[in-house]
Amino acid sequence: MAGVTWRRVTLGVAAVYFLVPLAIAVWFTVYNESRGFSLGAYGRIVSAPGFGESLLTSLLLGAAVIVLVLLLALPALLAVRLGAPGLRPVLETITTLPLIVPPITYVVGIANALRGGTDALAATPFWQTLISIQDEDFPVVLVLAYVMLALPFAYRSLDTGLRAIDVRTLVEAARNLGASWPYVLFRVILPNLRSSVASAGFLSLALVMGEYTIAALMGYRTFPVWIVTISGNDGQLSVALSVLSLGLIWLLLLTLSGAGRKAK
Amino acid sequence: MTGPVRSRRRGGGAGWLAAAPLLAVTLIAFGIPVVVLVVGAFTVKTGGLGFDNLSATMREPYIGALWSSVKLSAVVAVAGAILGAFLAQAVLTSRSGLLREAVLTASGVLSNFGGVPLAFIWIATLGNSGVVTAALGLGPGALYNFWGLALVYLYFSVPLMVLVIAPALDGLKPQWREAAQNNGASTWQFWRMVGIPVLGPSLLGGGVLLFGGAFAAYATAAAMVGASVPLVTLQIADALTGNVLIGYENIALALSLDMIVIALLVMAVYLPLQKRSSRWLA
Repeated sequence: MAGVTWRRVTLGVAAVYFLVPLAIAVWFTVYNESRGFSLGAYGRIVSAPGFGESLLTSLLLGAAVIVLVLLLALPALLAVRLGAPGLRPVLETITTLPLIVPPITYVVGIANALRGGTDALAATPFWQTLISIQDEDFPVVLVLAYVMLALPFAYRSLDTGLRAIDVRTLVEAARNLGASWPYVLFRVILPNLRSSVASAGFLSLALVMGEYTIAALMGYRTFPVWIVTISGNDGQLSVALSVLSLGLIWLLLLTLSGAGRKAK
Repeated sequence: MTGPVRSRRRGGGAGWLAAAPLLAVTLIAFGIPVVVLVVGAFTVKTGGLGFDNLSATMREPYIGALWSSVKLSAVVAVAGAILGAFLAQAVLTSRSGLLREAVLTASGVLSNFGGVPLAFIWIATLGNSGVVTAALGLGPGALYNFWGLALVYLYFSVPLMVLVIAPALDGLKPQWREAAQNNGASTWQFWRMVGIPVLGPSLLGGGVLLFGGAFAAYATAAAMVGASVPLVTLQIADALTGNVLIGYENIALALSLDMIVIALLVMAVYLPLQKRSSRWLA
């Protein structure tokens, strides 16, 4: 009997703590004392200045991060299994780095490196490269930073996927039949890894669509940064955007688990 | 004899080649900023190397912010680990597949929910003109202090703990409990002598993850409390964006180095634990 009681109390307290703020947030966005019920706050999101541009920037960044993270992590992970086990500790260390270097300290390092680099390379052709990777519409600096932050997630999901297939046999069979390395990678390994590639991709996208600290402190207008700047003093709009971004995470995770199930 | 050896060596070389792009990008995108950060932290105003910046961060107001960040993260880690473990146990033992599925999915969503949107939702609830604040007749500022911040951080920390601890709780075999009961152990004795020692590594590992998440959090605090709760992340952002006197840029670097050292110490606890707990999850 005591077991049932503590369980009910725990679940009840958790339900209040987690659901009440959500319910209040949703209520707050659709009800207004002077105007009654209206979905206007959600309508204002789409028409707010900068919505399309910032969303496009973030989606482009997300696509670049997904492609790059897969292209970097997959060959390295295959190599670990095909004759370079010594790489594993190196990869484990690399994927632990973002846990040790918090984003705010990472952005301090990046900003100082860029400032120092721009001063030091002012007279050389590299200066132009440094300037162009900081382009406002498509900041390559952010892509690289997000790739580093996304690596741990991608590494773990790809590693889990590779554990389920016999990589060595597949690769040797394909190579013996005359397949080239790109063919092995794209036509033999990748189709067997569909669900873990999907999960690596969605986790990377979720990261890019939610990261605020680095983008904001470097002055880029990604979607999460835009959410904050546009909210300003429109309380209803800011909460509507919060509900929307929670919905976005939920949608991404739902697609993620759906993709995982289908591939199984 | 030489054949296999040579072919393995060749495989190894090709392996490192396949990993070369990853290693190169890591060196550029992570190596350069971290080296710049460390060198900058030790660069004093005269241009030479020294400990001036780091010793400045050991004085007020910086040491207070560092201490307050560590305290907040520790509170969130301990409370989040305990509450998350209780919630996970309540859900897993409820025998309702639907509840289990719903809570685990919601935990996945909420553990990823942070930043400014999280702050907005709590401001609408418990802020100075929040709905609950008005309903309960709380005074202003109920949310904008140390404990308010801890309450908000638990909103993503408890779900993360549920996700971390659920596999370990699933690994607690019912037979162990039956064996303990048959030998006359009370519920408390079972938990003290079997449950907690088996869960220990996962509990501690989860706690470390929560500590790291709360320690690194910046956007939520910036949107909620501004400067009323001193935190090291807020101090670093102020120094970086020039909200302080000129010449304090290197203080941001030194504070960053302090943060990395603290995170490193905490992670040093976590990594061996992760290996130990994985034994029970097999």
